[in-house]
Amino acid sequence: MEHVMTAIRVVPLDSYLVLSFLLFSIGMVGALVRRNVIIVIMCLELMLNSVNLLLVAFSAYHSDPGAQIMVFFIMLVAAAEVTVGLSILVLMKRNTDSVDMNILNRLKW
Amino acid sequence: MVKLDLLAILVPALPLLGVFITGFGRRKLSAYAAGGIATAMVALSFIASLILFLGHDGQTHIVHLFSWIHVGAMDIPFAFQIDALSLWMMLVVTGIGTLIHLYSIGYMHDDPRVATFFAQLNLFSFSMLLLVMGANFLVTFIGWEGVGMCSYLLIGFWYTTPAFNYAGRKAFVMNRIGDVGMLLAMALMFYQFGTLNYVDVMQQGGLMASGNPLIVTATLLLFLGATGKSAQLPLLTWLPDAMAGPTPVSALIHAATMVTAGVFLVVRSSVLYELAPYTQDIVLWVGVATALFGATVGLFQNDIKKVLAYSTVSQLGYMFAALGTGDYGNGMFHVTTHAFFKALLFLAAGSVIHALGGEQDIRKMGGLKGVTKTTYVTFLIATLAICGIPPLSGFFSKDGILASTFAANPVAYAVLVFAAMLTAFYMFRLLFLTFFGTYRGTAHPHESPKVMTVPLVVLAILSAIGGLLNIPHIFGGHSWLNTFLASAADGIGMHPLELSAGTEWTLMAISTALVLLTIWYAWSLFCKKTTLDGEPADMPFLKRLIAKRWMLDELYAWLFEKPFGWISKHFFSIGEEKIAVPLTAGTGKATLGFGEWLRKVQTGNSSFYLFAMMVGVVVLLILTYFSA
Repeated sequence: MEHVMTAIRVVPLDSYLVLSFLLFSIGMVGALVRRNVIIVIMCLELMLNSVNLLLVAFSAYHSDPGAQIMVFFIMLVAAAEVTVGLSILVLMKRNTDSVDMNILNRLKW
Repeated sequence: MVKLDLLAILVPALPLLGVFITGFGRRKLSAYAAGGIATAMVALSFIASLILFLGHDGQTHIVHLFSWIHVGAMDIPFAFQIDALSLWMMLVVTGIGTLIHLYSIGYMHDDPRVATFFAQLNLFSFSMLLLVMGANFLVTFIGWEGVGMCSYLLIGFWYTTPAFNYAGRKAFVMNRIGDVGMLLAMALMFYQFGTLNYVDVMQQGGLMASGNPLIVTATLLLFLGATGKSAQLPLLTWLPDAMAGPTPVSALIHAATMVTAGVFLVVRSSVLYELAPYTQDIVLWVGVATALFGATVGLFQNDIKKVLAYSTVSQLGYMFAALGTGDYGNGMFHVTTHAFFKALLFLAAGSVIHALGGEQDIRKMGGLKGVTKTTYVTFLIATLAICGIPPLSGFFSKDGILASTFAANPVAYAVLVFAAMLTAFYMFRLLFLTFFGTYRGTAHPHESPKVMTVPLVVLAILSAIGGLLNIPHIFGGHSWLNTFLASAADGIGMHPLELSAGTEWTLMAISTALVLLTIWYAWSLFCKKTTLDGEPADMPFLKRLIAKRWMLDELYAWLFEKPFGWISKHFFSIGEEKIAVPLTAGTGKATLGFGEWLRKVQTGNSSFYLFAMMVGVVVLLILTYFSA
């Protein structure tokens, strides 16, 4: 375990921060602008994992394994969320023959 | 003691049970079943009262049911007071009540809401019993309000006629003015004595000095309550209008029982009144003025029930005059005899109205003597009784009052004798125009059924011999009722009549002779020939004024109704329409408009929602960053 921590610390913390920030921003922009639901779900995963990366980096630098526990929780929840998301996606494809998000816009006013 | 408690609870509980049975079963019960149940309940209540009365030992018993209001130092129990005064009133209320319930079975049998009528009549009996049995002012006040409500309900019983509803409302509002007085009096007494129990208030009040301003105020306020309920000047205009209700209601509520509640209240508080000579003077003069007012207005009325209504007002004036002189015994005696003969007069009038198919105008009656024999004879007895012809009951009670008024104030005495002459005049005018001469109407008169005439006969007997209850010493009696009641209210018997036997004989001779003279005059005017009054507009000024009730209704309309209407109208047109409505409607409109605008945010486009969320998070982050 200890050598993993050391390996992480080889890279400076700033780099992790920048990488996380970039990954998160890509995910966010993707989720906002893309209409394909599959892409949007992937972008959401990307955002979650950018946060995971940050957590692990901080964990290593602060020698606090608590953050890594949190990462496992996030991965667990993400798995569950993807299950539900993909089920909805399958149903959507069946019913509307499309994976375009903006078709489902009747839930308004 | 257990037996007394049980009976005391049964007396009001039985009519209440009747309310529930006839009230909830009003769609299922037939007219006779409802009437029978209601009558039986009041009759049983009468029997219970009678047992209590016969077993009475002259002591005051408090029947404590439960602690009702217990807050801090205030402890008001729900309790009944069984003493001579409440027992006597219980007997009168349930006794007369039974007869009138019985009569109503016949009178109301073809009304579609007859069960409702009996439920309300029973509710009235219950409330009246609470009123007279209460051991403190507050229990009495429940009954006080209860009878007021029943009066309202029953005046407007035939609610499809707007005028009847108006009459009911008028009675309610006028009574409410009096009730304010009673409430204030209660607050004042609670402030002073820390209790509302009659026994304690009278005990503590009795120790205070005569003329104490607090007692004067309290008694005046109580008297205001009494004027409302007992239709004294200035709060009397509701009673004649109350005749809109069915005739048994007029007999029970607006003649025999409820309107005597004011007298009862004053007698109940007689200890306080004895300590307030100033109030007593006011009571005396209000009574005298009311007696004269009622008697004059009664002269020219053409509605048979209106004449009797004003006669009731007048007789109530006599009672209050008696109370004003401190002669509580004769006041209660007149309550009793008046209950007998006025209930009888109303029931007989009801029988006449029934016989003529609803006709109430005496100008369209006449000659009923031969057709409705029982009604005629009983009406005659009641008329003689109310005029004070010896030896009928009214003679004893009225002459008792006249004698004590003479001892207290000869001017008041003269006015009351004059009112007695007027009484004889209008009563015999009524009698002659109704039963003598030839029939002037178009209906087919018939005698009423037995269920209606039996109560008439019973009441006629009571009216005839009721005087035996209180034969004064001058006739060799022992003033039994006075002695009996004296154990309950300390005020009774405080003023033994200080007149020589000669004076008393003279007074009686004077009033009887004057009354007989008036009767002869009425006979010459209405029996030998038939003089009918036209409409008020054709009369000379004074007569027109009297026939229009001294314009009292018009005066009140001008003094109170019009300004009040004006204020209400402007409160509506300015306060409501210009301020309140724009304010509330504006709030509603603004909310709606804002919602209309805001709902456009709900686009249904998930990307937009995500974007909004992101913007929100960024804003929150910035805020956190700068506030830290």
